[in-house]
Amino acid sequence: MTRAGLAALWSHWRRNPLQLFTLVAGLALATALWSGVQALNAQARASYDAAAAVLGEGRHDQLVPRAGDSIPQDTYLTLRRAGWQVSPVLEGRLQAGQTRVRLVGIDPLTAPGGVGPMTRSDQATLPAFLSEGVVFAHPGAAAALADTVAQRVIADPGLAADTAITDIGVAQRLLGRDDLSRLILAETQPMGRPDLDTLAPDLIRRASQQGSDIAQLTDSFHLNLTAFGLLSFAVGIFIVHGAIGLAFEQRRAMIRTLRTLGLSLRRLMLLMGLELALIALLAGGIGVALGYVLAASLLPDVAATLEGLYGAQVAGGLQLDPVWWGSGLGIALTGAALAGAGAFWKIARMPVLATGARAWAVTAGRRRGWQGGAALGLLALAGLGTLLGGGLVAGFASLACLLLGAALALPLVLDRLLALGEERARGVRTQWFLADTRQQLPGLSLALMALLLAMAANIGVSTMVSSFRMTFTGFLDQRLFADLYVAAEDRAQGAALEDFVQDRAEAVLPIQWVDTRIAGQPAEIYGTRVAPAYAENWRFIAQEGADSAVWDRVAAGAAAIVNEQLARRADLWPGDPLPLAPGRTLPIAGVMGDYGNPIGQVIIGEGLFQRLFPDAAPERFGVVTDDSGALRAALEGDFGLAPGQITDQAALKDFSLQVFERTFTVTAALNVLTLAVAGFAILMSLLTLAAMRVPQLAPAWALGLTRASLGRLELLRAVVLAALTLLVALPLGLALAWMLLAVINVEAFGWRLPMFLFPGDYAALGGFALLAALLAALWPAWRLARTPPSELLKVFANEA
Amino acid sequence: MLLEVENLSKSYPGPEGPVPVLRGVDLQLRAGETLALRGESGSGKSTLLHLAGGLDRADGGRITIDGRQVTGLDDAGRAALRRGTVGIVFQQFNLIPSLTVGANIAFQARLAGRHDVAGAARLAEALGLTAQLRKYPEQLSGGQQQRVAIARTLAARPALVLADEPTGNLDEATATVVLDQMLALVAETGAALMMVTHSPDLAGRLGRQVNLRQGRLA
Repeated sequence: MTRAGLAALWSHWRRNPLQLFTLVAGLALATALWSGVQALNAQARASYDAAAAVLGEGRHDQLVPRAGDSIPQDTYLTLRRAGWQVSPVLEGRLQAGQTRVRLVGIDPLTAPGGVGPMTRSDQATLPAFLSEGVVFAHPGAAAALADTVAQRVIADPGLAADTAITDIGVAQRLLGRDDLSRLILAETQPMGRPDLDTLAPDLIRRASQQGSDIAQLTDSFHLNLTAFGLLSFAVGIFIVHGAIGLAFEQRRAMIRTLRTLGLSLRRLMLLMGLELALIALLAGGIGVALGYVLAASLLPDVAATLEGLYGAQVAGGLQLDPVWWGSGLGIALTGAALAGAGAFWKIARMPVLATGARAWAVTAGRRRGWQGGAALGLLALAGLGTLLGGGLVAGFASLACLLLGAALALPLVLDRLLALGEERARGVRTQWFLADTRQQLPGLSLALMALLLAMAANIGVSTMVSSFRMTFTGFLDQRLFADLYVAAEDRAQGAALEDFVQDRAEAVLPIQWVDTRIAGQPAEIYGTRVAPAYAENWRFIAQEGADSAVWDRVAAGAAAIVNEQLARRADLWPGDPLPLAPGRTLPIAGVMGDYGNPIGQVIIGEGLFQRLFPDAAPERFGVVTDDSGALRAALEGDFGLAPGQITDQAALKDFSLQVFERTFTVTAALNVLTLAVAGFAILMSLLTLAAMRVPQLAPAWALGLTRASLGRLELLRAVVLAALTLLVALPLGLALAWMLLAVINVEAFGWRLPMFLFPGDYAALGGFALLAALLAALWPAWRLARTPPSELLKVFANEA
Repeated sequence: MLLEVENLSKSYPGPEGPVPVLRGVDLQLRAGETLALRGESGSGKSTLLHLAGGLDRADGGRITIDGRQVTGLDDAGRAALRRGTVGIVFQQFNLIPSLTVGANIAFQARLAGRHDVAGAARLAEALGLTAQLRKYPEQLSGGQQQRVAIARTLAARPALVLADEPTGNLDEATATVVLDQMLALVAETGAALMMVTHSPDLAGRLGRQVNLRQGRLA
């Protein structure tokens, strides 16, 4: 009985392969986009975890400096003598060929178990690690490092990209330092040891749950990707929902017959569930494979984005994790269950004697009431969430409510617009066309909702990116006002370089900074030689007094400037005291926009900087000059600077814009894919509906419309519906852009961007959308125009 | 006794309260017997047939088929009854459009676990469907589709065949041919037949006739 039942159910798909293709393709695309994004996120997180695992971060509490990033060796010795079970870590950057390697020094004798690569290596023993100074390095950095350092380098794939680990003594020698970066705390500590505040008041304890800075910093980026993945998944599920709904409508009579012939409802539901699960597994498998291809092709851009934005290293090779495969198949099953829940509910409630043929419009009409209510409710929630909610998750939830509410409202809006047109139409053909289009709405509404979401996402995201680009370009013009940027090889060359340029340029502006933590946030403190050019070029978003007054106070060491990120995250605004270093606080004089920078930044005067951080010395300089060509020639010819050490302003701007453009490559790719999925949804809906259209069009044909004109009207219908959808998508997309710029961006990155409008871009997008709809309708319309008259006549022949 | 209907009642909800369709119907049918159920539109003929076939639930009374009480069965029990004991032929044929004619004929027998390839082939031959076995229902005429529906029912060898105006959608000549074939095959399999019809001519060709009037047997 089960086999016979399954064979009957399966025969529907065999006779309607296009519908099966729609279902499988929709589910596979949804799964691909979702699992592709998940793979990217998982790969990046695996890289962060690998980086964190080296240091024992995430598993062990740590002692870190209250301010700055340096712990004197004596502090460590004091803690050890007092009984504290701590293990020292030194971290720094080492230039190895073209690669900047993150070098981590640990002490394997005091490190808690599991920290460092010794536990998994069979190529080096602990004595060798200590005595010979073995360096373990990620395979990507091992070769370059082997040419740079005297120590034996062992490639270790378990390490994060561009990371190397060695004994702390070796690390201190290689980095030229004698201090420490942090101390790892062992899980068990002796009783009765002195307080930390007494022994080392400059240190604070960071709990293990806090995770790594990189993981925290990049969370918002991954949340953005996840939101896009979810949007694409939702668009795909719209297709699946449409395909399952249509299949249900077409199989309604068959379901009744099967029950009439003795298949119980329970068994029928079971068989249909099994059938859907098999299809979902097939589609899920295809989707996961496609997702892998998608993730592999996007990974280089994502890795570049993460490095450009956050300095996070992500391994270039995608790992195939069984859990990821399982979750991909799981999401396909969940998606199919979500999309099919409505159809299954109807089957469960359908009496065995229900009428076989039932117009979709009838059920759609009943649905209209709750759909309108749900749309209003969701839009209200979106408004409330934006006004009252706080945090990134609340921001995304409001976005989801806005998009879903608008999608649900779309069929009702389109219906009203078409009804208005119908009332005002004069010609009988136009009237029939509009009435017939209204009748088509229920069948096409899911595809149109998908198109609305895709277009709105396109408008919203492109507005955000273009606004960002405009702001960023202006920002670069302000910031990069020096004509040349030169980099020395070391401190000594830096000092000589400054002397050399001093007499040959209008101004030399040393670029010097230290990495530190301020108000618990990772931050950089820059020591700036204040020149008139700063007051002329830089713009503040909040300040105390005139521009020149702010810079005068900074130059005098009486105030500091912070960037917007730090101001928003730590709630530090002009007038507030800023804790710079232990025992040193400065008032904030201004807040500057700092787009593209993920972490906090503080600008103080050069003199104060040198007093606070005497070990820091400038190795890079901005140079203001009238004749950059002559200066460049002098630097290369007379001073002996390599050409690679000199960058002119235009090249630096180009590079910054390249980083910017690459940052949004992933977003643009997902944008295009979402639009393509929506176009596919329209094509599949039209093709599936084509067979159901014959009974509706046959009377019009019989009354004198030619098959060719019916085909042309089908084309026109697709374009009209797409154009009306575009009308709704435009304000929705702009609302989306506003939320991205004013809510999501502030929460995710810490800066707010002004919003600009780009009517030309919207017109182009509209053109593309109409073209996509036209192309999608071309084949169904062509098929309709070629429907044999005998098929049209059957409609009348079957009338009882 | 194959079919026993006792004091059967059924109402449907209406805008002004329940509308009674059957008001205490009593009926009996022996194995191998043929019965025509006649009456005006709305007299309750189809309702009685649906209740006997386990397609709907009665409000009151009792139906027993082959010693098994139908009225107390749940959905699965009534499905088993339709699968194994009762075969139903509808006016609208109710073929499965995605299955070939051959697969449609074998379908109910396979559900009942009684599929007999040779028997199905004989039925197809007897009903003149041998040349159509690979076609799909949409490629057949109305008369051919009804013959497929009859073959499907009889291939499962039910003890009781219920037919709801099986020739209602056919022209007179085709209706006569189809009924002739159905009666011959029912007689051959030894099944009992209860057929709803408006036509006095068709009813006259069955062993017994009963009339339903306003929900009661006249």
